[in-house]
Amino acid sequence: MKILVCISNVPDTTTKIRFTDNDTKFDAAGVQWIINPWDELALTRALELKEGSGGAIEKISVINVGSKDTEPTLRKALAIGADDAIRIDAEPQDAYFVASQLAEYLKANPFDIMLCGIDSSDYNGSLVGGMLSELLDLPSVSSVSKINMDGENIILNREIDGGSETLETTVPFVAIVQKGIALEPRIPSMRGIMMARKKPLEVKPAVETEALTEFAGFELPPPKAKCKMVDAENVNELVELLHNEAKVI
Amino acid sequence: MSLLVYTENWDGKFKKLSFELITYARKVADQLGTEVSVVSIGNVADDELLKLGSYGADKILKVEDDRLNVLINRAYSSIITQVADNINADIVLFAHNFSGKAIAPRVAVKLKAGAVTGVTNVPSSLDPFTVKKMVFTNKAYADVIVKSSKKVLTLFQNSLGVEENPKPAAIEVFTPKLDDDDFKTKVTETKKITGKVLLTDAEVVVSGGRGMKNPDNWKPLEELAEVLGAATACSRPVSDEGWRPHEEHVGQTGKIIAPNLYFALGISGAIQHLGGVSSSKHIVAVNTDKDAPIFESADYGIVGDVHKVLPELVSKIKELKASQG
Repeated sequence: MKILVCISNVPDTTTKIRFTDNDTKFDAAGVQWIINPWDELALTRALELKEGSGGAIEKISVINVGSKDTEPTLRKALAIGADDAIRIDAEPQDAYFVASQLAEYLKANPFDIMLCGIDSSDYNGSLVGGMLSELLDLPSVSSVSKINMDGENIILNREIDGGSETLETTVPFVAIVQKGIALEPRIPSMRGIMMARKKPLEVKPAVETEALTEFAGFELPPPKAKCKMVDAENVNELVELLHNEAKVI
Repeated sequence: MSLLVYTENWDGKFKKLSFELITYARKVADQLGTEVSVVSIGNVADDELLKLGSYGADKILKVEDDRLNVLINRAYSSIITQVADNINADIVLFAHNFSGKAIAPRVAVKLKAGAVTGVTNVPSSLDPFTVKKMVFTNKAYADVIVKSSKKVLTLFQNSLGVEENPKPAAIEVFTPKLDDDDFKTKVTETKKITGKVLLTDAEVVVSGGRGMKNPDNWKPLEELAEVLGAATACSRPVSDEGWRPHEEHVGQTGKIIAPNLYFALGISGAIQHLGGVSSSKHIVAVNTDKDAPIFESADYGIVGDVHKVLPELVSKIKELKASQG
């Protein structure tokens, strides 16, 4: 059995967001790039499953659609423990474009389990995993917070509004995973970093496909008015402000 | 031009989220000069379905099938696409929540529709079709152009609120074609948390951070939530420590919420936390550190010990509620 983890290359979550070119492009100057946090948890869980599978899971691969600049992020995934990496050489244009690139690769190189993060912390699309499953005509389970294997059977948990559900599905499938899938993202060891340099990173040309959406421009939220401070000895004043001024209680 | 909305139900009932979605759909339909059609999947009584008419739905297509009382992504996507094709919908709308995120991308591919998720306003232009959405987890907004003739949108919660706009909604039964392949995923067990306000649907959210010091200190926080009919939430360190269940975690990698009122109690306000809550309409912060970043994002603040302020807050709000009768 083979697991593929889809990796998005995103700015570090503490990045101060700025735009350039008359607010039409993200300003990447000085930005640190990381594995999208949910994808990093997905990779961690994939490795845990492989280690506990007694050899039934033979390989964990990672894939990314991006330019050469994203290779350090793929190398990090290899250092964490992925066996090999694939980079589809294209500048991502929108979710449909990215999902189409992944789907074309997967039609020729099928995997049993495909894991995608539920969101990416840059453009917050929450789309690629679902689109990929539809393009491949496979089952998908979203908001997955646990994946376990019981022999051949795959048992998933997903978070629903106000509860959780346990599911079973046939292989192959796409799981779109969220927080809880792994406790903590795994950190590369020194040995992992050394080994990552020698692991295969295959570059594939992009296929011809279109984007269906485009960003016209960006803006930052308006500055927040100054916080009204209330004395800790006078909590009633806060209650009155919330009642009479904000009218929220 | 025609417009289709999918709204889910919770054990046969709709929530504010559903009515907000219909309110939004009505506004977009009025811009386009078209009708609002709604597809409802699973068992919902007709009088509940008719409530959607109060917010501007013209037509409600109901799909009832005992296999569809739980969300099966493939089956639901197939049904919604069949309805969209049947009424020749140009725009299909979902909520930006658990179900919307699960189904909207699949429907978008089936319709070859450009998809924009987490939309925060009505289109600013119809040609080119342009909508605003949140990006970088609340740190910025983007105007997105949809180039395809069909469009799929998911609406970010509490963006426009709920407005009544009664229409004489007609209910029709829709019978989709489904096959076994649509049901390869099976739900074997469901656990529901009962008696709690849903975090993503709550008007008021009361949230605790590391400044609460200890999981045993949550009682007054829960009491405040109860008095206000609020949902409880927490910061990431609190859920990582296991003090609170991780479904309560709000922030960049947890839930992104936008209630009318958010209480940040003993939360310093790391940038990742603010990403999840900064769309809240009003933020109240209580923290011992006057330089905590949360005060830069808050509307009202108290520098003080949350353990002293919280019981006082509960008692004053109780007095206020009592005086209102």
